[in-house]
Amino acid sequence: MSYVPIADQPDEMHDPQTFITKYIWSQDHKVIAIQYAGTAIAVGVVALVLSGLMRLQLGFPDTFTFIEPAEYYQYVTMHGMIMVVYLLTALFLGGFGNYLIPLQIGARDMVFPFLNMLSYWFYLLSVLILMASFFVPGGPTGAGWTLYPPQAITEGTPGAGAGIMLMLASLAVFVVAFTMGGLNYVTTVLQARTRGMTLMRMPLSVWGIFVATILGLFAFPALFVSAVMMSFDKLLGTSFFMPAMISLGEVVDYRGGSPILFQHLFWFFGHPEVYIVALPAFGLVSDVLSTHARRNIFGYRMMVWAIVAIGGLSFIVWAHHMYVSGMNPYFGFFFAFTTLIIAIPTAIKVYNWVLTLWQGNIRLTVPMLFAMGFIFTFIHGGLTGLFLGNVTIDLPLSDTYFVVAHFHMVMGVSPVMVVFAAIYHWFPKISGKMFDERLGKIHFWGTFLGTYAIYLPMHYLGFLGVPRRYFALGTTDFIPQSAFELNAAISVAAIFVGVLQIVFFINIFKSLWSGKKADPNPWDATSLEWLTPDTPPRHGNWGHELPTVYRWAYEYGSPGVKEDFVPQNLPPNEVQMENPGEKYKESEH
Amino acid sequence: MAFAIVIVLLVVGSVGFHIWSPWWLTPIASNWGAIDTTIDITVWVTGFVFVAVNLFMAYAVYRFRYSAKRRAKYEPENKKLEWWLTGFTSLGVIAMLAPGLFVWADFVEVPDEAHVVEVTGQQWQWGFRYPGKDGVLGAADPGLITEANPFGMKEDDPRGLDDVLVESSLMHLPIDRPVKVLLRSKDVLHDFAVAQFRVKMDMVPGAVSYLWLTPTVKGTYDILCEELCGVGHFVMRGKVRVEDSSDYEAWLESQPIYADLKVQAQTNVVLGKASYAMCAGCHGAQGEGNPALNAPRLAGLQDWYVTAQLEHFKSGARGSNPKDSYGQMMMPMASALVDLTTMKNLAAYIGSMPIKTSSKTLFGDLSEGQALYDKNCSVCHGGNGAGVWSVHAPRIGGMDDWYLARQLRNFRDKVRGSHPEDDLGHQMALMVSVLEDDQAIEDVASYISSLNVN
Repeated sequence: MSYVPIADQPDEMHDPQTFITKYIWSQDHKVIAIQYAGTAIAVGVVALVLSGLMRLQLGFPDTFTFIEPAEYYQYVTMHGMIMVVYLLTALFLGGFGNYLIPLQIGARDMVFPFLNMLSYWFYLLSVLILMASFFVPGGPTGAGWTLYPPQAITEGTPGAGAGIMLMLASLAVFVVAFTMGGLNYVTTVLQARTRGMTLMRMPLSVWGIFVATILGLFAFPALFVSAVMMSFDKLLGTSFFMPAMISLGEVVDYRGGSPILFQHLFWFFGHPEVYIVALPAFGLVSDVLSTHARRNIFGYRMMVWAIVAIGGLSFIVWAHHMYVSGMNPYFGFFFAFTTLIIAIPTAIKVYNWVLTLWQGNIRLTVPMLFAMGFIFTFIHGGLTGLFLGNVTIDLPLSDTYFVVAHFHMVMGVSPVMVVFAAIYHWFPKISGKMFDERLGKIHFWGTFLGTYAIYLPMHYLGFLGVPRRYFALGTTDFIPQSAFELNAAISVAAIFVGVLQIVFFINIFKSLWSGKKADPNPWDATSLEWLTPDTPPRHGNWGHELPTVYRWAYEYGSPGVKEDFVPQNLPPNEVQMENPGEKYKESEH
Repeated sequence: MAFAIVIVLLVVGSVGFHIWSPWWLTPIASNWGAIDTTIDITVWVTGFVFVAVNLFMAYAVYRFRYSAKRRAKYEPENKKLEWWLTGFTSLGVIAMLAPGLFVWADFVEVPDEAHVVEVTGQQWQWGFRYPGKDGVLGAADPGLITEANPFGMKEDDPRGLDDVLVESSLMHLPIDRPVKVLLRSKDVLHDFAVAQFRVKMDMVPGAVSYLWLTPTVKGTYDILCEELCGVGHFVMRGKVRVEDSSDYEAWLESQPIYADLKVQAQTNVVLGKASYAMCAGCHGAQGEGNPALNAPRLAGLQDWYVTAQLEHFKSGARGSNPKDSYGQMMMPMASALVDLTTMKNLAAYIGSMPIKTSSKTLFGDLSEGQALYDKNCSVCHGGNGAGVWSVHAPRIGGMDDWYLARQLRNFRDKVRGSHPEDDLGHQMALMVSVLEDDQAIEDVASYISSLNVN
């Protein structure tokens, strides 16, 4: 890529002067990243509380009578939608994407800073619309996070009036926000890389976020149109998704629509969405693992191609969510095939992570613990996906707690492990302060062991055939009393993990307030964000001159070099060798 | 070090949990043992990978823990190793996928000799349709569904005349005969799932989906709805009874066919009035009820509800619990009604009685009661308590408060609704858990009694 000299600018052109332009209506990608992350985590806490309420009901039925069926279904719905879309998507792309892309590719900012700012404010608007649904008559929608029609908009479902309309409106606004941010991320990666930063030298974090953003730009429109079409069905009486049917005894005025069409649209978004969350996590965790293992990421090229392959395949597997939806069952052959194919590039990534540890020199820091915790939980969650992806096995397991356990393991716990790994890893750069190592370790062990205690046994409730989305199991002939006791134990573990997250917040706020001043590069890392002239980096990131990149981001443990890492921007002739007579030989990356 | 040990312990613990878990697939009762085999293969393959990769990681963390003296090995890639691992993984995937696809091929192709049964779903009830002698179901259209035609039968379709329509949640199936289960929904999405059969499928309004199986073990199994279908999703339950072919045929033979039902729909109120003579002593000449005798008001109740309750009293599904002393009084009375037609006539007469308001005996907090009612009861029983036929929820608005409160307590205390054949009572027993205490029951009963249906 040709180098644009205009990018070398004096600082002052970029520096906003007032508090409001600096921290509120900011166009600095780093401030926007923190705004995104703060909002996402705040709304995630709401969803976490909702899950605690659900677990109270499931673990101790008939005890907490203030939880009624309608409310239970509202908790289920809001918990799922918030966690998947408003927390994880926003945090990985709007949060980490915003913070890391310009810093890791050596750019001053996103290429469209104003659009970037708008993206955040639209995201905040979508969150406010969603939260407003808690306060309207009938409450938020209780249609399940999948919002399947007809029941999403018919009587008999909680929040089928204002609740569902606010949900659809909020999603539409979210997609607008995402599109503004997403176009920015893609353009920035393609157009604003600094001298020497070829695509195949980019850190895997950028690769993961970049490909995930492309997925999002293709996938979110499907969600957008389904939200618009369902709104039309509800408000204007169209029949996109509504067949001739009755509703609580009365024939309603719909005819000819297809509920399954909605499911196709929803999962055409919904499956890539899994990877919109997973790919950034894959990328971030690769960087954390390599840095703290003091070893080059193993098989970088394969890792990049695996990200691209998974991203591509993720668009042709969506109907594995619909094996028992009543669609033409012959589709099952195709989608089971494509789904299990995706296991191959995914497995390669796992192998390469553990092979990165092999022959490494592993520092068991807090971010490293979370990153390795991710490997364990992701292996577990990935493998159980092979049950559900195999169409035959989906027959007994679909719609049971096996599904709940699987996707929480692979899409809940695993990405959250990465979220914490990444927060602890980059916290010194973002805040300029070190976090409390001891609190971080307590947080890790409690979260890691606690979540496994929740989800490992839950799979077995699914094998047994316990259905999901049941307010109360009541009496059946095949669910033994011991399953109720297991449910109570799971709830205790869940409440423990939920409450334990306070430790994380204490750590963050305590460290911001009185943490030790952080070294600019406390982990001895190689990638550009650690090599900024200021910590935290100032607006414009690089001072007068943009960095020049000479190599990939994983030059750890190079033979003959004095330090065990070589920063990306260190000119070859300045690399200190153990044996001063020797000359540094550049790697092929 | 600690991390490596914990990973090893987690791997050992997970394998141990798997081996000794008391929670596993329920004993199978259908021909789909191949599904269980596919699960077993997948458990072995994935279990191997889980153990191998995690132990490798634990060993790596232990072996290559940090030392200031050591340096990581610089090795950006190892093409040979990567391709070996890729090939090895592909083999594992094939080992799992191939058997799965063969079983799926069996599942999508229904054997020619399979007989047909239709399951219908609606919020939050099951219904069943058997094709009768001709083996073919008559046409049906959701647009035709009314209280009198709950299956939406097309009247002019001759193939439907011998259909057997069952509006109860008990399904019958003969053992060892393959059956193609056609699935139809009248309103929203539902899912027909029986854990012991292993197979399940959604029911989609506007379409007919299917699954097939051969029941192989006699017994009665739970049917659960496993696709979220609104606030009553978790109460949408039924039973399927797998029985000998001869028992099945005898049962089917005893069921009225659609052509008969059309005729029977003409009930005889005069005959019903004659039957009512024995009821009048307690329930009053106009069905106004008599609290002193613990006899509730009947006037205003829908005929289908009265019929269903009389059947339950007669069969013992209601009133057989020793703690239900007033219900026990109804059992001999209902037994005196010789057949279903007699009950329907009686119910039709009760349905024709003039409605008067009940007098208040309870004085609960009406606003508390309303809050509870609007959120938990109104969906099925209607905003004013008039009842909704499609969910089989009777009129409760304006009825006797003392009786409503007693029944709510009975549901709560498992005195009513816990008998396996009282499917609707079972739904109420699940719902009533939202009422915290006797005060809540009094509040909601007072409120319901204050509702003005007309």
